Order: sequence, then C-alpha cells, then structure tokens
Amino acid sequence: MSRYIIRRLLQAIPLLFFVSIILFVLMGQMGDPIATMGGRRVTRPADRERLTRQLGLDQPGYMQYLYWLVGNDWRQIDLDGDGVPDTTGTRRGILRGDFGMSLMKRGQSAWEVIWDRVPNTLLLMVTSEVVIIIFALLIGVFSALRQYSLADHVITAVSFIGYSTPIFFFALLSIYIFSVNFKRWGLPSLPAVGMFDPQVGRTPGQVALHMILPVATITFVSIAAYSRYIRSTMLEVLNEDYIRTARAKGLRNRYILFVHALKNAALPIVTLIGLDLALLLGGALVTERIFAWPGMGRLFLDHMQRFDTPVVMGILILLSVTVIVFQIITDLTYALLDPRIRYD
Amino acid sequence: MTVYASHSTAAPRPLLLDIRNLQVRFYTPEGTVYAVNDISYKVHEGEVVAVVGESGCGKSVSMMAVLGLIPRPPGEIAGGEALFMGRDLLRLPEDDMQSVRGGDIAMVFQDPMTSLNPVLSVRRQMTESLRRHANMSPEQARDRAVELLELVGIPDAARRLGDYPHQFSGGMRQRVMIAMMLACNPSLLIADEPTTALDVTIQAQIVELVTRMREKLGMALIWITHDLGVVAGLAERVIVMYAGMIVEEADVDSLFDRPRHPYTLALLGALPRVDRRRDSRLNSIPGAPPNLLVEPRGCPFAPRCEYVIERCRVERPPLMPVSPTQRSACWVLAGGEGNN
Repeated sequence: MSRYIIRRLLQAIPLLFFVSIILFVLMGQMGDPIATMGGRRVTRPADRERLTRQLGLDQPGYMQYLYWLVGNDWRQIDLDGDGVPDTTGTRRGILRGDFGMSLMKRGQSAWEVIWDRVPNTLLLMVTSEVVIIIFALLIGVFSALRQYSLADHVITAVSFIGYSTPIFFFALLSIYIFSVNFKRWGLPSLPAVGMFDPQVGRTPGQVALHMILPVATITFVSIAAYSRYIRSTMLEVLNEDYIRTARAKGLRNRYILFVHALKNAALPIVTLIGLDLALLLGGALVTERIFAWPGMGRLFLDHMQRFDTPVVMGILILLSVTVIVFQIITDLTYALLDPRIRYD
Repeated sequence: MTVYASHSTAAPRPLLLDIRNLQVRFYTPEGTVYAVNDISYKVHEGEVVAVVGESGCGKSVSMMAVLGLIPRPPGEIAGGEALFMGRDLLRLPEDDMQSVRGGDIAMVFQDPMTSLNPVLSVRRQMTESLRRHANMSPEQARDRAVELLELVGIPDAARRLGDYPHQFSGGMRQRVMIAMMLACNPSLLIADEPTTALDVTIQAQIVELVTRMREKLGMALIWITHDLGVVAGLAERVIVMYAGMIVEEADVDSLFDRPRHPYTLALLGALPRVDRRRDSRLNSIPGAPPNLLVEPRGCPFAPRCEYVIERCRVERPPLMPVSPTQRSACWVLAGGEGNN
C-alpha cells in the first residue's frame, strides 16, 4: 500500500511539471501586467522599462519559467539597464516555497495573498459539500426506493430544473427574493454580499447568516446532479442478485439498504465526490463573485484580470496538487470500500 | 379450480407448504406478463420436489412470489394462497415475512458469482442472519458460521471466514451460499437452479451436498431446474411447468416411465442419451415458448403439440388424475379424448 502511494506521488512530479509549463505559457500570453500598474495613469515608458527589468519580464520565456521555478538568486541580474548584470537575484522559486511577489498587491507575496483567502473559501465550500452529500444521499436513496412514484417524479422534475438553471441565475434570483423582496415586504431578509456586516463585526452568527444564500446557490445545482446520480446507482445496485439474497435471508430493509446496497453504490459516488472535493479549494467563481465572498474564486478572477502571474500561477499549482492528492485519496478509498481492489 | 387429491404413496407426512391457485403478473411497458397462471401444489415435511420447465416458465417466479421476493411494482400477486404451516405467506405482513425468509424457508439462487455481496466478508454475510433470526451474540454467530462452513465442506473454515466472496471459486461460493441459507435450520429449502452456473463436475458435488444436507437436517426441498437428469436422481415428486402453468405432476418413477403430457414427453425425448448413436441429432421441441404477454386461453402447449385436438385451443385442461400419484393437464393423454 505505501509503495503504491509513493509510486503515485512520484508519478505526479512529471505531471505537475507538464501542467506548470502549459499554465505558464498560457499566462505569458494573457496580457501585460505592467499596463495597469500605474493605477489610473498610463505607465511612463521609463517606469515601464524599469519594472520590466525588476520583474524579470525582459528575460526570454524559458528563463522566466526557470526563475519562477527555481528562483534567480544563483545569478546576477541587470537591474539598472546598462547591460551589465550587477545585482544578485532575490527570488527563490516555487520549488523552494517562494511563489513570488504579487504584481497587483505591491509588497505582498503571492503566497500571503492566496493564504489569506483559503480559510474563507474552505469555509464556504466544505459547508456546501457537506450539505450536498447529505441531501443528495437522502434524496437519491429516497427516489430510488420510490421509483416512478409521485414523489420520485416531482424530485425528477425539480432536479432537472436545478440541473439546467445557470448558477448565476439562481444566485440573482435568490438575492432578488430573499434579500430584496423580503426586505420590501418587511420580512426578515438575508444578507446578499460579503462575509459579515461591518457594523456588527465578524461573529460566527454573522458569517453563518451571510453564508446561507451562497451555500444554497452552490448546493442547489449540485444536489440536483448528485441525487440523480445516486438514484441511478442505487437502482442499479438494488437490482443485483445479492440484494435478493439479502432479502431472502430475511434481513431488515433498512439494514439491506444501508449495509448491502449503499456500500456497493458508494464506489461510483466516491469517485464523483473525490473529483469534486479537490476543486473546492478553487472556490466558486460565479457564486463568490455575485455574493462578494472573499474567497479563492474571486481572488482568481481579480488577479487574472490584472495578469498577476505569481498569484494566478500559485492558485493553479495549488489546485493541481490538490487534484492529484485527492485522486490518490479517492483510489485508496476504493480499496477501503471494495475488497476486490488491492494495490500491491 | 383443481383441488389436489393427496398422495397415497408414502406414509402421510404433515403438510408443509400448500400453494393454491397462485397467480403472478408483471405490468411492463410492453403489456401484462402472465408469469404464473393458477398453479396449485403441496409440499410435505421432508419431501423432495423438483419443479421442471424451460426458462421463463414461471418456476422461479412462483417461488419468489411465495417468499415475497417479487418486486412490486411491476410484479403483482393476482390471486391465490400459499399456506406455510397454516399461515398464508401471501398475506403476511412484511415484518412476519422477514422472520419466515431465511428462518423457516431458505432459498439458494442460481448464480453464486452474483448472489453473494462482493464488498462484505463471508463472516458478515453468514452471521447477519444468525444474529437476526437466532439472536446470537457475535461470538456465537461466528462459531456457528465456522461449524456451517465445515459442514458444507469448506476446508480451513475458521480461517476462510474472514475472506470475501471473490476469494472463493464458483463451487465454493455455492457451498458458502448453501451454508448461509442452512444457518437457521429451515424446514424448507428452495434451490433455484443452484448448479446451472457451475462446471459439470462441481454440479454433481453440489447436488450431492444438498442431498446430504437434506438427509442430515431433514428439511423439505424444492429443487427448481431444467435438468431432468438431476431430477431423476434427486426428487421424489416432479412438477412440470410450462407457460406459468403446471402441466404434469407425478412421482419421479411414473414421470420417467409413463409421462402423460405431450410436453413432458417432448422434454424426455430431447434428453441426450448414452445408448444413442453419436451422430444422431439431438431432438428438440419444434416451435417457440408461448408469448406470456397474451392472456392464456386453452392449452398453452397446443401450438407445439403433436397430439393437439380442437378442444385444446379453446379450453384450458385442468390437472386430471391419471393414477393415484400422477396428474396431467392434457385433454388427449389424461382426459380420455384421444379416442375421438
């Protein structure tokens, strides 16, 4: 087992290199980070040249990647533009934990900028995922047991509405109903933006209140998709011979459902969840944007627009690592659930 | 309709299962499937009954209906009774039914490869019914499980208890399945083609095992099969089913010596025989099994029958006694119409 894990981790290394090269090349084509550095004013040509040298953007693409990867403290760089390399570089490269300095937030490292947002995103996304799994399981199992009943048909209809509703529409609709109209009607309304009311402060109650609408938005669509999937997986399993055997043994229906059926149905469901969990860290681009939630999704969008390569690359690399780690965890969970799967 | 005259051959044994006028239907998008059409038969304590017929003739479905294992919907029990020790299983509440299933009546299924849960250990699957029906502690259940596995001939039973089904061969899995079903000392064991999915040599072992277990534990046995060869060596009484109906019922000797239904005759004629020339063609029954989507009218075998007369097409023959131990549903061979 541990040999398998080590092998998988070693395999991940070339994959990460490959991914980082592609992402770096793509980022290089996105636009000019210096263009917006002067704030509202157009950057002066002299500043522009200086900044270009300082940021290492005067170097050819492969050197920029190399600096990003291993840093530039091992060589002299030409900062004043006289053609003579005279200053030792200060970057240590991502391999040594240096994500570089943010281009957009001067004076902050990309790592600080990202790490600042991770808890917010995890709070929102982990809550959402827990809600998704609980409700999707309940709804999926229920509609599998009541296949073709009225309740099943209603759930099917609602799921298809949920599945086909764009997430921004649901977000705006929920704001319109629960924030705007409820306030107009004099009902207790839900806050639509931010993590807390600045006048009250960041209390757990405030954060929970502000989470309701974004969590509802994220979960609605996913519950719809997950529960359909769980329903069909459960239906498949419930038709298996071993379920008939379990029934022939006179076991209780609930026991059959949760021990005999669900453990078999869990495998494909775990695949789905495992792939989704990794992406939680990336946040929800649309939802975070609409509800002004200070998470990774919004961070990504904001810094992408200003071509802040170190932060954007940092986010993407972090995501890639998480995806790989969660895939390994998912594979290990298989072995835990299904004795036929062994990694030796 | 048919009231079955009791057997006079063996000493009268107490009645165990009495199926009366059982009807099972399935409502499918293609229409109503008339799977079991008004069948009645009895099983006495300790008796070995074979139910014979081709695929889709309703032999498994009728047993599953008795055990309440028919998925409803689409299935429906349209009528009849199944009296087991005086209680009508068809009208028993689910809770009581659960204590009958796996307790008093056990069922072994066709394919041991798919009938065991792949993700639960043999120990788990063996002990769960013991704990449910016999209220055993985990340790008691474990000891009993080892005992049962030894009984059915699993070598090194104590160690193999923790294994999973995929670590057993097909024949061993069927042994595990049988051990599992015998766990609570059932008074009736239903074996639904338990050898069909196995190699021929393993088949013989399983037949031998079930016979031995039956002698040892004294339970009644209903053996569902399409293999007349197995029937001859195993059963006391044989029920031949066709298109969801019983077409002939007889003690095993009468059935093989003097079959009184054209379908039984055709089945026996289709058996490969060692005393026949090797290059002679195997006989088969012309025509195809009937479409069960049509409500039965007349004798279901009439379209394929070489003895067919006009009456067969319009009126369904009831099971008529041809001897004290044999009944046949044929106007010609049992109803005395052959002289016309």
